[in-house]
Amino acid sequence: MIIAEKKPIEEIIREVEAYDRILVLGCNECVTVCEAGGKKEVEVLASVLRMNFMAQDREKTIDERTLERQCDHEYLEEIRDVIDQYDAVISLACGVGVQFAAEKYMTTPVLPGVNTVCLGANEDRGLWTERCQACGSCVLARTGGICPVSRCAKRVLNGPCGGSTNGKCEISKDTDCAWQLIIDRLKALGKMDDYEIVAPVKDWSTDRAGGPRTVTREDVKI
Amino acid sequence: MSEYVSDSRLERVLKAGHLGVTSECGPPRGSDPEEIKKKGMLIKDYVDAVNVTDNQTAMTRMSSLAACVHLKLLGIEPVLQMVTRDRNRVALQSDILGAASFDISNMLCLSGDHQSFGDCAQGQNVHDLDSMQLVQTVRYMRDEGKFLGGDDIKRPPRLFVGAAANPFADPFEIRVPRLAKKIACGAEFIQTQCIYNIDKFKEWMRRASDRGLTEKVFIMAGMTPMKSVGMAKYMKNKVPGMDVPDEIIQRLAGVEKKHQAQEGIQICVEHIQELKEVPGIAGFHIMAIEWEEKVPEIVEKSGLYPRPEV
Ligand code: SF4
Ligand code: SF4
Repeated sequence: MIIAEKKPIEEIIREVEAYDRILVLGCNECVTVCEAGGKKEVEVLASVLRMNFMAQDREKTIDERTLERQCDHEYLEEIRDVIDQYDAVISLACGVGVQFAAEKYMTTPVLPGVNTVCLGANEDRGLWTERCQACGSCVLARTGGICPVSRCAKRVLNGPCGGSTNGKCEISKDTDCAWQLIIDRLKALGKMDDYEIVAPVKDWSTDRAGGPRTVTREDVKI
Repeated sequence: MSEYVSDSRLERVLKAGHLGVTSECGPPRGSDPEEIKKKGMLIKDYVDAVNVTDNQTAMTRMSSLAACVHLKLLGIEPVLQMVTRDRNRVALQSDILGAASFDISNMLCLSGDHQSFGDCAQGQNVHDLDSMQLVQTVRYMRDEGKFLGGDDIKRPPRLFVGAAANPFADPFEIRVPRLAKKIACGAEFIQTQCIYNIDKFKEWMRRASDRGLTEKVFIMAGMTPMKSVGMAKYMKNKVPGMDVPDEIIQRLAGVEKKHQAQEGIQICVEHIQELKEVPGIAGFHIMAIEWEEKVPEIVEKSGLYPRPEV
């Protein structure tokens, strides 16, 4: 899923300072699971904002709403009849949701309430970690199911680099070396011979490098 | 390994069966070329070639290629180090051609330290290719006379191609397979990480030799003299992938502070003497970090002077 984290409250306050009628808009998908932008977080943020403005004696309307998804026309349409009641929306969805809302409601400022961090997994209670950078051409079959693109700090495809120490990456003792994980897995699979297969120069045109990416499926179009 | 692939002196020395000697110079953090020229002149007659580092530890410095040209103009043979951290395949190929246009004849392919160690920790990194793919790229340009994109190169580069190896790096089981992979990619010489754990290094050499790898590549053992016990402790504890046995630290700690540098040189010379006898060792890469003036002494005391005429 997409992992996001809450923006610092001071930053959000600065963003909405100028507006009097604000809608805090949550999303029921990824950001709910990673506890950054679901119904619960919408409630908390709205209360904090209310208290903040009350303390300054400022009259503001702060409403709450959480949609099933913000990356989908169907659900975003649900706020069309109320959108004109607001001067601004703070979206707690990932960057995709924020943009989809912004594109749909051209005359209402839509501000991000979270920082979108990565595509990752819920590794432990309160711990979300990156697993994929959507490079558009998956190499996991060749790397024991562990991704060197997203999990190696240098995207080394024939690793490890010389900095791997005690299973950790040179950038930090808290970061696993992706290549240690790859080798551990290849060993467990009895496929260490695969380690010596050279990964060729990668075609990064399916990655960010190729510009904005689209997927078109004629068979599902209407 | 008889035919020459480049005009490299290093290549000729190694192929003639002599023990090769290389050293390294770091370009300055400014545009004054005098410093690198001075460093180069200090060691000129004691080494076959001088590595020029490429923004090492991710600190912004004068470009490796420019510094190589300064050395080349003084008659010193440079080894152009290139990291994949900062340049994509367009820039790498372009710099390879630039180097070849000055008849620079050696290149060492590296991935480079992560930028978080340097002065641009907030910058992007590139890593379009990795170090092995860079080796493949230079070999392709040289041997096929083509760009990665497939077009012909007019006057292809003639470079003797090297890579680094760390005999002590984790994980243990891939130390030798990783060397095999670099050779398969086309590395012709290898310069190793600094060696202090001689027994472990010999074990690595034995395994490399058992796989026939020492027949396929020239392995130059990396040597860095310790300046003090403080440096030894720092290398042991702070530098990733470094193996400094306690006995080295104890030996340095056992002498008065003002004699520690000399003791460090003595250890280095002893290590070279010992490793000269190890089958498969093709030479030494002496990295006296900001201590270039000691290289002549180390080379002489190790019996590696004068350098052979080739
Ligand atoms: S190889 Fe690419 S698509 Fe596959 S997991 Fe890694 S980043 Fe994602
Ligand atoms: S230490 Fe491992 S994860 Fe870190 S950059 Fe090197 S190969 Fe990649």
